[in-house]
Amino acid sequence: MTQHESGKIDNRTTITLIVNGSQREVELEPRVSLLDALRERLQLTGTKKGCDQGACGACTVLVDGERILSCLALAVQYQGRQITTIEGLANDGSLSALQSAFVTYDGFQCGYCTSGQICSAVGMMREFDSGLPSAVTQDVTAGSGGLSSEEIKERMSGNLCRCGAYVGICEAIRQTHEAGFAR
Amino acid sequence: MKNFGYVKAFSSSEAVHLLDGATATKFIGGGTNLVDLMRENIERPDQLIDVTSLRDREIQETNDGRITIGAAVSNSAVAANDLIRRRFPLLSQAILFGASGQIRNMATVGGNLMQRTRCYYFYDEASRCNKRTKDAGCDAVHGFNRMHAILGCSPSCIATHPSDMCVALSALDATVEIEGRHRQRSIPFTDFHRLAGDTPQIETELQEGELITSVTIPSLEAAQNSVYRKVRDRSSYAFALVSIAAALEIRNGTITTARLALGGVAHKPWRAFAAERILEGSPAIDEVFRRAADATLEGAQGFEHNAFKIELARRLIVSTMSELAQKGGLS
Repeated sequence: MTQHESGKIDNRTTITLIVNGSQREVELEPRVSLLDALRERLQLTGTKKGCDQGACGACTVLVDGERILSCLALAVQYQGRQITTIEGLANDGSLSALQSAFVTYDGFQCGYCTSGQICSAVGMMREFDSGLPSAVTQDVTAGSGGLSSEEIKERMSGNLCRCGAYVGICEAIRQTHEAGFAR
Repeated sequence: MKNFGYVKAFSSSEAVHLLDGATATKFIGGGTNLVDLMRENIERPDQLIDVTSLRDREIQETNDGRITIGAAVSNSAVAANDLIRRRFPLLSQAILFGASGQIRNMATVGGNLMQRTRCYYFYDEASRCNKRTKDAGCDAVHGFNRMHAILGCSPSCIATHPSDMCVALSALDATVEIEGRHRQRSIPFTDFHRLAGDTPQIETELQEGELITSVTIPSLEAAQNSVYRKVRDRSSYAFALVSIAAALEIRNGTITTARLALGGVAHKPWRAFAAERILEGSPAIDEVFRRAADATLEGAQGFEHNAFKIELARRLIVSTMSELAQKGGLS
Protein backbone atom coordinates (compact mmCIF):
# COMPACT_ATOMS: atom_id res chain seq x y z
CA MET A 1 0.00 0.00 0.00
CA THR A 2 1.97 3.00 -1.22
CA GLN A 3 0.93 6.47 -2.11
CA HIS A 4 3.90 8.78 -2.74
CA GLU A 5 3.90 12.49 -2.13
CA SER A 6 3.65 13.05 -5.90
CA GLY A 7 0.36 11.17 -5.84
CA LYS A 8 1.86 8.11 -7.46
CA ILE A 9 0.08 4.87 -6.68
CA ASP A 10 2.15 1.71 -7.14
CA ASN A 11 -0.10 -0.97 -5.88
CA ARG A 12 -3.04 -1.52 -3.60
CA THR A 13 -4.11 1.73 -2.00
CA THR A 14 -7.04 3.37 -0.30
CA ILE A 15 -8.90 6.04 -2.24
CA THR A 16 -12.01 8.06 -1.47
CA LEU A 17 -14.93 7.98 -3.86
CA ILE A 18 -17.99 10.20 -3.44
CA VAL A 19 -20.93 7.97 -4.28
CA ASN A 20 -24.54 9.14 -4.05
CA GLY A 21 -23.44 11.99 -1.81
CA SER A 22 -21.44 9.87 0.66
CA GLN A 23 -17.66 9.68 0.97
CA ARG A 24 -16.66 6.04 0.69
CA GLU A 25 -13.16 4.70 1.32
CA VAL A 26 -12.20 1.81 -0.88
CA GLU A 27 -9.01 -0.21 -1.05
CA LEU A 28 -8.03 -1.18 -4.58
CA GLU A 29 -5.33 -1.52 -7.24
CA PRO A 30 -5.14 1.04 -10.09
CA ARG A 31 -6.44 -1.59 -12.55
CA VAL A 32 -9.83 -1.86 -10.83
CA SER A 33 -12.62 -0.35 -12.92
CA LEU A 34 -15.14 2.03 -11.40
CA LEU A 35 -17.75 -0.61 -12.17
CA ASP A 36 -15.96 -3.29 -10.12
CA ALA A 37 -15.25 -0.78 -7.33
CA LEU A 38 -18.98 0.02 -7.10
CA ARG A 39 -20.22 -3.56 -7.34
CA GLU A 40 -17.55 -5.67 -5.66
CA ARG A 41 -16.10 -3.28 -3.06
CA LEU A 42 -19.02 -0.99 -2.20
CA GLN A 43 -21.77 -3.59 -2.77
CA LEU A 44 -23.70 -1.17 -4.98
CA THR A 45 -24.91 -3.89 -7.32
CA GLY A 46 -27.61 -1.83 -9.01
CA THR A 47 -25.04 -0.91 -11.68
CA LYS A 48 -24.73 -3.91 -14.01
CA LYS A 49 -21.85 -5.51 -15.88
CA GLY A 50 -22.93 -6.41 -19.41
CA CYS A 51 -20.13 -6.58 -21.97
CA ASP A 52 -17.35 -5.02 -19.85
CA GLN A 53 -15.95 -3.48 -23.06
CA GLY A 54 -17.96 -0.33 -23.65
CA ALA A 55 -20.44 -1.76 -26.13
CA CYS A 56 -23.71 -2.19 -24.20
CA GLY A 57 -24.25 0.70 -21.75
CA ALA A 58 -25.46 -1.49 -18.85
CA CYS A 59 -22.80 0.00 -16.55
CA THR A 60 -23.77 3.65 -17.16
CA VAL A 61 -23.42 5.93 -14.11
CA LEU A 62 -23.37 9.72 -13.71
CA VAL A 63 -20.20 11.62 -12.83
CA ASP A 64 -20.69 15.29 -11.96
CA GLY A 65 -24.05 14.89 -13.71
CA GLU A 66 -22.60 13.48 -16.95
CA ARG A 67 -23.25 9.91 -18.07
CA ILE A 68 -20.22 7.67 -18.51
CA LEU A 69 -19.42 3.96 -18.86
CA SER A 70 -18.08 2.71 -15.53
CA CYS A 71 -16.58 -0.42 -17.15
CA LEU A 72 -14.10 1.66 -19.18
CA ALA A 73 -13.32 3.95 -16.24
CA LEU A 74 -10.47 3.28 -13.81
CA ALA A 75 -11.73 4.00 -10.27
CA VAL A 76 -8.50 5.87 -9.39
CA GLN A 77 -9.33 8.45 -12.07
CA TYR A 78 -12.61 9.36 -10.38
CA GLN A 79 -11.44 10.42 -6.90
CA GLY A 80 -13.21 13.56 -5.70
CA ARG A 81 -15.91 13.43 -8.42
CA GLN A 82 -19.63 13.23 -7.66
CA ILE A 83 -20.65 9.70 -8.71
CA THR A 84 -24.36 8.90 -8.93
CA THR A 85 -25.60 5.35 -9.42
CA ILE A 86 -29.13 4.03 -9.81
CA GLU A 87 -29.26 3.68 -6.00
CA GLY A 88 -28.87 7.46 -5.75
CA LEU A 89 -31.75 8.44 -8.03
CA ALA A 90 -34.70 7.64 -5.78
CA ASN A 91 -35.81 10.34 -3.34
CA ASP A 92 -36.15 9.10 0.26
CA GLY A 93 -37.08 5.64 -0.91
CA SER A 94 -39.66 6.70 -3.49
CA LEU A 95 -38.94 6.26 -7.20
CA SER A 96 -37.94 9.26 -9.30
CA ALA A 97 -40.29 10.39 -12.06
CA LEU A 98 -38.23 8.59 -14.70
CA GLN A 99 -38.07 5.37 -12.67
CA SER A 100 -41.86 5.45 -12.24
CA ALA A 101 -42.30 6.09 -15.96
CA PHE A 102 -40.24 2.97 -16.75
CA VAL A 103 -42.77 1.00 -14.67
CA THR A 104 -45.82 2.74 -16.18
CA TYR A 105 -44.71 2.40 -19.82
CA ASP A 106 -43.14 -1.10 -19.60
CA GLY A 107 -39.62 0.17 -20.18
CA PHE A 108 -38.10 -3.21 -19.32
CA GLN A 109 -38.64 -6.94 -19.35
CA CYS A 110 -35.74 -8.78 -17.66
CA GLY A 111 -34.47 -5.56 -16.10
CA TYR A 112 -30.76 -6.16 -16.58
CA CYS A 113 -30.12 -3.08 -18.76
CA THR A 114 -32.60 -0.89 -16.86
CA SER A 115 -30.32 0.86 -14.36
CA GLY A 116 -27.96 1.76 -17.23
CA GLN A 117 -30.90 2.92 -19.37
CA ILE A 118 -32.22 5.15 -16.57
CA CYS A 119 -28.85 6.68 -15.62
CA SER A 120 -28.13 7.24 -19.31
CA ALA A 121 -31.52 8.88 -19.87
CA VAL A 122 -30.99 11.24 -16.92
CA GLY A 123 -27.67 12.37 -18.41
CA MET A 124 -29.12 12.49 -21.92
CA MET A 125 -32.03 14.76 -20.94
CA ARG A 126 -29.60 17.08 -19.22
CA GLU A 127 -27.43 17.17 -22.37
CA PHE A 128 -30.48 17.86 -24.49
CA ASP A 129 -31.70 20.65 -22.21
CA SER A 130 -28.25 22.28 -22.29
CA GLY A 131 -28.57 22.56 -26.10
CA LEU A 132 -26.17 19.78 -27.17
CA PRO A 133 -27.11 18.71 -30.71
CA SER A 134 -27.07 15.08 -31.91
CA ALA A 135 -26.27 13.27 -35.15
CA VAL A 136 -29.92 13.61 -36.23
CA THR A 137 -30.23 17.31 -35.37
CA GLN A 138 -30.83 19.08 -38.69
CA ASP A 139 -28.77 22.19 -37.96
CA VAL A 140 -26.01 21.97 -35.34
CA THR A 141 -25.63 25.76 -35.38
CA ALA A 142 -29.22 26.13 -34.09
CA GLY A 143 -30.66 24.88 -30.79
CA SER A 144 -31.72 21.27 -30.37
CA GLY A 145 -35.50 21.76 -30.88
CA GLY A 146 -37.93 19.27 -29.33
CA LEU A 147 -36.99 15.87 -27.91
CA SER A 148 -38.56 13.80 -30.72
CA SER A 149 -38.57 10.00 -30.81
CA GLU A 150 -35.85 10.19 -33.45
CA GLU A 151 -33.67 12.29 -31.13
CA ILE A 152 -34.28 9.91 -28.20
CA LYS A 153 -33.33 6.86 -30.29
CA GLU A 154 -30.13 8.48 -31.53
CA ARG A 155 -29.11 9.83 -28.13
CA MET A 156 -29.84 6.52 -26.35
CA SER A 157 -28.11 4.31 -28.96
CA GLY A 158 -25.30 3.49 -26.51
CA ASN A 159 -27.72 1.48 -24.35
CA LEU A 160 -28.69 -1.92 -25.70
CA CYS A 161 -31.73 -3.92 -24.55
CA ARG A 162 -31.67 -7.58 -25.53
CA CYS A 163 -35.36 -7.97 -24.57
CA GLY A 164 -36.21 -5.29 -27.10
CA ALA A 165 -38.12 -3.02 -24.72
CA TYR A 166 -37.07 -0.01 -26.76
CA VAL A 167 -40.60 1.23 -27.49
CA GLY A 168 -41.40 1.40 -23.76
CA ILE A 169 -38.01 2.89 -22.92
CA CYS A 170 -38.45 5.70 -25.48
CA GLU A 171 -41.98 6.39 -24.31
CA ALA A 172 -40.94 6.53 -20.63
CA ILE A 173 -38.21 9.03 -21.47
CA ARG A 174 -40.42 11.12 -23.77
CA GLN A 175 -43.24 11.36 -21.21
CA THR A 176 -40.86 12.21 -18.37
CA HIS A 177 -39.11 14.92 -20.38
CA GLU A 178 -42.40 16.34 -21.63
CA ALA A 179 -43.70 16.56 -18.06
CA GLY A 180 -40.63 18.59 -17.17
CA PHE A 181 -38.93 16.07 -14.90
CA ALA A 182 -35.39 15.97 -16.20
CA ARG A 183 -34.54 13.67 -13.30
CA MET B 1 -5.46 -6.97 -16.85
CA LYS B 2 -1.91 -6.81 -15.52
CA ASN B 3 -1.30 -4.33 -12.73
CA PHE B 4 0.45 -0.99 -13.23
CA GLY B 5 1.44 2.20 -11.43
CA TYR B 6 -0.76 5.27 -11.68
CA VAL B 7 0.10 8.95 -11.34
CA LYS B 8 -1.86 12.07 -12.19
CA ALA B 9 -0.23 15.07 -13.85
CA PHE B 10 -1.54 18.61 -13.55
CA SER B 11 0.43 20.30 -16.34
CA SER B 12 1.84 19.10 -19.65
CA SER B 13 5.42 19.79 -18.57
CA GLU B 14 4.86 17.79 -15.39
CA ALA B 15 3.42 14.97 -17.51
CA VAL B 16 6.41 14.73 -19.86
CA HIS B 17 8.89 15.04 -16.99
CA LEU B 18 7.22 12.12 -15.18
CA LEU B 19 8.47 9.87 -17.98
CA ASP B 20 11.74 8.24 -17.01
CA GLY B 21 12.41 6.49 -20.32
CA ALA B 22 12.84 3.14 -18.60
CA THR B 23 9.34 2.26 -17.43
CA ALA B 24 6.82 1.35 -20.14
CA THR B 25 4.47 4.29 -19.69
CA LYS B 26 1.28 5.43 -21.39
CA PHE B 27 -0.63 8.65 -21.00
CA ILE B 28 -4.28 8.03 -20.21
CA GLY B 29 -7.17 10.36 -21.01
CA GLY B 30 -10.75 9.07 -20.87
CA GLY B 31 -9.46 5.52 -21.23
CA THR B 32 -12.29 4.47 -23.56
CA ASN B 33 -9.83 2.74 -25.91
CA LEU B 34 -6.74 2.19 -23.73
CA VAL B 35 -8.55 0.47 -20.82
CA ASP B 36 -10.25 -1.86 -23.30
CA LEU B 37 -6.91 -2.68 -24.99
CA MET B 38 -5.28 -3.28 -21.60
CA ARG B 39 -8.07 -5.63 -20.58
CA GLU B 40 -7.45 -7.56 -23.82
CA ASN B 41 -3.69 -7.66 -23.09
CA ILE B 42 -2.92 -5.77 -26.32
CA GLU B 43 -1.50 -2.84 -24.36
CA ARG B 44 0.58 -3.74 -21.29
CA PRO B 45 1.98 -0.56 -19.73
CA ASP B 46 3.82 -0.64 -16.38
CA GLN B 47 2.71 2.90 -15.57
CA LEU B 48 -0.13 5.25 -16.54
CA ILE B 49 0.10 9.03 -16.37
CA ASP B 50 -3.37 10.55 -16.07
CA VAL B 51 -3.56 13.66 -18.27
CA THR B 52 -7.27 14.41 -17.91
CA SER B 53 -6.60 17.34 -15.57
CA LEU B 54 -4.57 19.37 -18.09
CA ARG B 55 -7.52 21.61 -18.84
CA ASP B 56 -5.59 24.89 -18.87
CA ARG B 57 -6.29 25.64 -22.53
CA GLU B 58 -9.92 24.58 -23.01
CA ILE B 59 -11.33 25.94 -26.30
CA GLN B 60 -9.99 29.36 -27.21
CA GLU B 61 -10.08 31.71 -30.18
CA THR B 62 -6.81 33.47 -31.00
CA ASN B 63 -6.56 37.02 -32.38
CA ASP B 64 -6.01 35.76 -35.93
CA GLY B 65 -9.20 33.68 -35.85
CA ARG B 66 -7.66 30.28 -35.15
CA ILE B 67 -9.32 28.02 -32.61
CA THR B 68 -7.26 26.00 -30.15
CA ILE B 69 -8.74 22.96 -28.44
CA GLY B 70 -6.92 21.57 -25.38
CA ALA B 71 -6.06 17.88 -25.65
CA ALA B 72 -7.93 17.04 -22.43
CA VAL B 73 -11.22 18.63 -23.55
CA SER B 74 -13.91 15.96 -23.92
CA ASN B 75 -15.35 15.06 -27.30
CA SER B 76 -18.80 16.17 -26.06
CA ALA B 77 -17.49 19.57 -24.99
CA VAL B 78 -16.06 20.16 -28.47
CA ALA B 79 -19.29 19.12 -30.19
CA ALA B 80 -21.32 21.35 -27.84
CA ASN B 81 -19.07 24.41 -28.11
CA ASP B 82 -20.75 27.44 -29.72
CA LEU B 83 -17.61 28.56 -31.57
CA ILE B 84 -17.08 25.10 -33.06
CA ARG B 85 -20.75 24.73 -34.03
CA ARG B 86 -20.82 28.14 -35.69
CA ARG B 87 -17.41 28.13 -37.37
CA PHE B 88 -16.82 24.42 -38.08
CA PRO B 89 -20.21 22.64 -38.08
CA LEU B 90 -18.71 19.59 -39.83
CA LEU B 91 -16.44 19.02 -36.79
CA SER B 92 -19.33 19.13 -34.33
CA GLN B 93 -21.27 16.75 -36.60
CA ALA B 94 -18.34 14.35 -37.04
CA ILE B 95 -17.99 13.97 -33.27
CA LEU B 96 -21.74 13.45 -32.80
CA PHE B 97 -21.64 10.68 -35.43
CA GLY B 98 -19.01 8.79 -33.42
CA ALA B 99 -19.36 6.37 -30.50
CA SER B 100 -22.19 6.95 -27.95
CA GLY B 101 -23.14 9.79 -25.61
CA GLN B 102 -21.42 8.12 -22.66
CA ILE B 103 -18.18 7.52 -24.56
CA ARG B 104 -18.12 11.06 -26.00
CA ASN B 105 -18.37 12.41 -22.44
CA MET B 106 -15.33 10.41 -21.34
CA ALA B 107 -13.16 10.55 -24.48
CA THR B 108 -10.62 13.37 -24.86
CA VAL B 109 -9.43 15.09 -28.03
CA GLY B 110 -5.86 13.83 -27.55
CA GLY B 111 -7.10 10.32 -26.94
CA ASN B 112 -9.27 10.43 -30.05
CA LEU B 113 -6.15 11.11 -32.14
CA MET B 114 -4.28 8.27 -30.43
CA GLN B 115 -7.03 5.63 -30.60
CA ARG B 116 -6.04 2.42 -32.29
CA THR B 117 -7.73 0.47 -35.05
CA ARG B 118 -10.81 -1.63 -34.38
CA CYS B 119 -9.59 -4.42 -36.71
CA TYR B 120 -10.88 -7.64 -35.09
CA TYR B 121 -7.61 -9.44 -35.80
CA PHE B 122 -5.65 -6.73 -33.99
CA TYR B 123 -7.89 -7.24 -30.96
CA ASP B 124 -7.72 -11.04 -31.06
CA GLU B 125 -4.54 -12.41 -29.49
CA ALA B 126 -5.06 -15.73 -31.27
CA SER B 127 -4.86 -14.09 -34.72
CA ARG B 128 -1.76 -13.07 -36.62
CA CYS B 129 -1.26 -9.31 -36.71
CA ASN B 130 1.79 -7.34 -37.87
CA LYS B 131 0.62 -4.36 -35.85
CA ARG B 132 0.77 -6.38 -32.63
CA THR B 133 3.78 -8.57 -33.39
CA LYS B 134 6.40 -7.62 -35.94
CA ASP B 135 6.45 -9.90 -39.00
CA ALA B 136 3.72 -12.17 -37.57
CA GLY B 137 1.58 -11.87 -40.71
CA CYS B 138 -1.91 -10.45 -41.26
CA ASP B 139 -5.08 -12.50 -40.89
CA ALA B 140 -7.26 -9.67 -42.21
CA VAL B 141 -5.97 -9.75 -45.81
CA HIS B 142 -7.56 -13.18 -46.38
CA GLY B 143 -10.02 -12.99 -43.51
CA PHE B 144 -13.30 -11.15 -42.97
CA ASN B 145 -12.33 -7.70 -44.15
CA ARG B 146 -15.61 -5.81 -44.60
CA MET B 147 -14.42 -2.97 -42.34
CA HIS B 148 -10.95 -2.74 -43.85
CA ALA B 149 -8.99 -0.30 -46.01
CA ILE B 150 -9.23 0.31 -49.74
CA LEU B 151 -6.78 3.22 -50.07
CA GLY B 152 -3.08 3.36 -49.26
CA CYS B 153 -3.12 -0.35 -48.39
CA SER B 154 0.01 -2.30 -47.64
CA PRO B 155 0.46 -6.10 -47.78
CA SER B 156 1.37 -6.00 -44.08
CA CYS B 157 -1.78 -4.26 -42.78
CA ILE B 158 -5.18 -3.22 -44.11
CA ALA B 159 -6.59 -1.83 -40.86
CA THR B 160 -8.48 1.47 -40.83
CA HIS B 161 -8.33 4.43 -38.48
CA PRO B 162 -11.64 4.40 -36.59
CA SER B 163 -12.10 8.11 -35.75
CA ASP B 164 -14.82 10.38 -37.11
CA MET B 165 -13.49 13.54 -35.46
CA CYS B 166 -10.09 13.08 -37.09
CA VAL B 167 -11.67 13.00 -40.57
CA ALA B 168 -13.07 16.50 -40.01
CA LEU B 169 -9.80 17.76 -38.52
CA SER B 170 -7.97 16.42 -41.56
CA ALA B 171 -10.29 18.33 -43.91
CA LEU B 172 -9.86 21.49 -41.81
CA ASP B 173 -6.05 21.62 -42.09
CA ALA B 174 -5.67 21.50 -38.33
CA THR B 175 -2.29 21.22 -36.65
CA VAL B 176 -1.36 19.02 -33.69
CA GLU B 177 0.59 20.80 -30.93
CA ILE B 178 3.07 18.58 -29.13
CA GLU B 179 5.22 18.90 -26.06
CA GLY B 180 8.33 16.85 -25.29
CA ARG B 181 10.83 17.10 -22.48
CA HIS B 182 13.13 19.35 -24.52
CA ARG B 183 11.00 20.92 -27.24
CA GLN B 184 7.54 21.87 -28.40
CA ARG B 185 6.50 21.38 -32.01
CA SER B 186 3.52 21.35 -34.38
CA ILE B 187 2.64 18.70 -36.92
CA PRO B 188 0.10 19.30 -39.74
CA PHE B 189 -2.88 17.07 -38.99
CA THR B 190 -2.67 15.39 -42.39
CA ASP B 191 0.89 14.25 -41.54
CA PHE B 192 0.18 13.18 -37.97
CA HIS B 193 -1.19 9.70 -38.74
CA ARG B 194 0.83 7.35 -40.93
CA LEU B 195 0.03 4.79 -43.60
CA ALA B 196 0.87 1.25 -42.53
CA GLY B 197 3.69 0.59 -45.04
CA ASP B 198 5.92 -2.10 -43.58
CA THR B 199 5.76 -0.60 -40.07
CA PRO B 200 2.05 -0.88 -39.17
CA GLN B 201 2.95 -0.78 -35.46
CA ILE B 202 3.97 2.89 -35.86
CA GLU B 203 0.69 4.75 -36.27
CA THR B 204 1.57 8.40 -35.70
CA GLU B 205 4.52 10.78 -35.91
CA LEU B 206 4.43 11.24 -32.13
CA GLN B 207 7.84 10.32 -30.70
CA GLU B 208 8.57 8.47 -27.47
CA GLY B 209 8.09 10.87 -24.57
CA GLU B 210 5.92 13.38 -26.44
CA LEU B 211 2.43 14.46 -25.43
CA ILE B 212 -0.31 16.06 -27.52
CA THR B 213 -1.25 19.31 -25.78
CA SER B 214 -3.78 20.80 -28.21
CA VAL B 215 -5.18 20.89 -31.72
CA THR B 216 -5.37 24.18 -33.64
CA ILE B 217 -7.80 24.89 -36.46
CA PRO B 218 -7.18 27.81 -38.82
CA SER B 219 -10.01 30.04 -39.94
CA LEU B 220 -11.85 28.67 -42.99
CA GLU B 221 -14.68 30.57 -44.69
CA ALA B 222 -15.70 27.48 -46.70
CA ALA B 223 -16.54 25.63 -43.48
CA GLN B 224 -19.76 27.67 -43.32
CA ASN B 225 -20.98 25.34 -46.07
CA SER B 226 -19.79 22.01 -44.72
CA VAL B 227 -21.12 18.63 -43.69
CA TYR B 228 -20.14 15.24 -42.25
CA ARG B 229 -21.81 12.13 -43.68
CA LYS B 230 -21.33 8.57 -42.48
CA VAL B 231 -22.40 5.25 -43.96
CA ARG B 232 -22.47 2.35 -41.51
CA ASP B 233 -24.04 -1.06 -40.90
CA ARG B 234 -26.52 0.29 -38.34
CA SER B 235 -27.83 3.83 -38.11
CA SER B 236 -26.12 4.77 -34.85
CA TYR B 237 -23.24 3.68 -32.61
CA ALA B 238 -21.20 1.89 -35.29
CA PHE B 239 -17.87 2.53 -36.98
CA ALA B 240 -17.89 3.93 -40.51
CA LEU B 241 -17.86 1.78 -43.62
CA VAL B 242 -17.17 5.06 -45.42
CA SER B 243 -17.53 8.59 -44.08
CA ILE B 244 -16.85 12.01 -45.53
CA ALA B 245 -16.05 15.46 -44.18
CA ALA B 246 -16.52 18.12 -46.82
CA ALA B 247 -16.60 21.89 -47.23
CA LEU B 248 -17.39 23.77 -50.41
CA GLU B 249 -17.31 27.46 -51.26
CA ILE B 250 -18.90 28.54 -54.53
CA ARG B 251 -18.83 31.98 -56.19
CA ASN B 252 -20.87 32.63 -59.36
CA GLY B 253 -21.16 28.91 -60.02
CA THR B 254 -17.43 28.28 -59.70
CA ILE B 255 -15.88 26.33 -56.80
CA THR B 256 -13.39 28.60 -55.05
CA THR B 257 -12.51 26.34 -52.12
CA ALA B 258 -13.02 22.61 -51.68
CA ARG B 259 -12.06 20.46 -48.69
CA LEU B 260 -12.61 16.74 -48.69
CA ALA B 261 -11.53 13.89 -46.39
CA LEU B 262 -12.73 10.30 -46.09
CA GLY B 263 -12.97 7.99 -43.08
CA GLY B 264 -13.18 4.19 -42.91
CA VAL B 265 -11.08 3.72 -46.03
CA ALA B 266 -7.44 3.86 -44.93
CA HIS B 267 -4.93 3.46 -42.11
CA LYS B 268 -5.32 7.23 -41.55
CA PRO B 269 -7.99 9.84 -42.21
CA TRP B 270 -7.78 10.16 -46.00
CA ARG B 271 -7.51 13.74 -47.21
CA ALA B 272 -8.58 13.82 -50.88
CA PHE B 273 -6.07 16.36 -52.21
CA ALA B 274 -6.43 15.11 -55.81
CA ALA B 275 -10.18 15.74 -55.71
CA GLU B 276 -9.70 19.23 -54.30
CA ARG B 277 -7.36 20.15 -57.16
CA ILE B 278 -10.01 19.10 -59.70
CA LEU B 279 -12.85 20.85 -57.85
CA GLU B 280 -11.23 24.23 -57.22
CA GLY B 281 -11.70 26.54 -60.20
CA SER B 282 -14.25 24.22 -61.84
CA PRO B 283 -18.01 24.69 -62.19
CA ALA B 284 -20.08 23.11 -59.38
CA ILE B 285 -21.73 20.45 -61.52
CA ASP B 286 -22.16 16.67 -61.22
CA GLU B 287 -19.69 15.88 -64.00
CA VAL B 288 -16.93 17.66 -62.05
CA PHE B 289 -17.96 15.90 -58.84
CA ARG B 290 -17.72 12.54 -60.63
CA ARG B 291 -14.24 13.36 -61.91
CA ALA B 292 -13.19 14.37 -58.38
CA ALA B 293 -14.58 11.09 -57.02
CA ASP B 294 -12.79 9.06 -59.71
CA ALA B 295 -9.50 10.81 -58.91
CA THR B 296 -9.92 9.99 -55.21
CA LEU B 297 -10.59 6.32 -55.82
CA GLU B 298 -7.86 5.89 -58.42
CA GLY B 299 -5.58 3.15 -57.15
CA ALA B 300 -8.17 1.89 -54.66
CA GLN B 301 -7.87 -1.80 -53.89
CA GLY B 302 -10.81 -3.97 -52.82
CA PHE B 303 -10.51 -7.20 -50.84
CA GLU B 304 -12.94 -10.14 -50.61
CA HIS B 305 -15.53 -8.42 -48.42
CA ASN B 306 -14.93 -4.70 -48.90
CA ALA B 307 -14.67 -4.06 -52.66
CA PHE B 308 -18.14 -2.44 -52.41
CA LYS B 309 -16.53 0.44 -50.53
CA ILE B 310 -14.92 1.74 -53.73
CA GLU B 311 -18.25 2.45 -55.43
CA LEU B 312 -19.80 3.48 -52.11
CA ALA B 313 -17.08 6.09 -51.54
CA ARG B 314 -17.46 7.36 -55.11
CA ARG B 315 -21.23 7.83 -54.70
CA LEU B 316 -20.83 9.38 -51.27
CA ILE B 317 -18.44 11.98 -52.66
CA VAL B 318 -20.73 12.88 -55.58
CA SER B 319 -23.90 13.09 -53.49
CA THR B 320 -22.23 15.09 -50.72
CA MET B 321 -20.76 17.55 -53.23
CA SER B 322 -24.15 17.93 -54.93
CA GLU B 323 -25.80 18.59 -51.58
CA LEU B 324 -23.21 21.22 -50.63
CA ALA B 325 -23.40 22.81 -54.11
CA GLN B 326 -27.16 23.22 -53.71
CA LYS B 327 -26.82 24.71 -50.24
CA GLY B 328 -23.80 26.86 -51.13
CA GLY B 329 -25.17 28.00 -54.48
CA LEU B 330 -28.25 29.44 -52.79
CA SER B 331 -26.45 31.47 -50.15
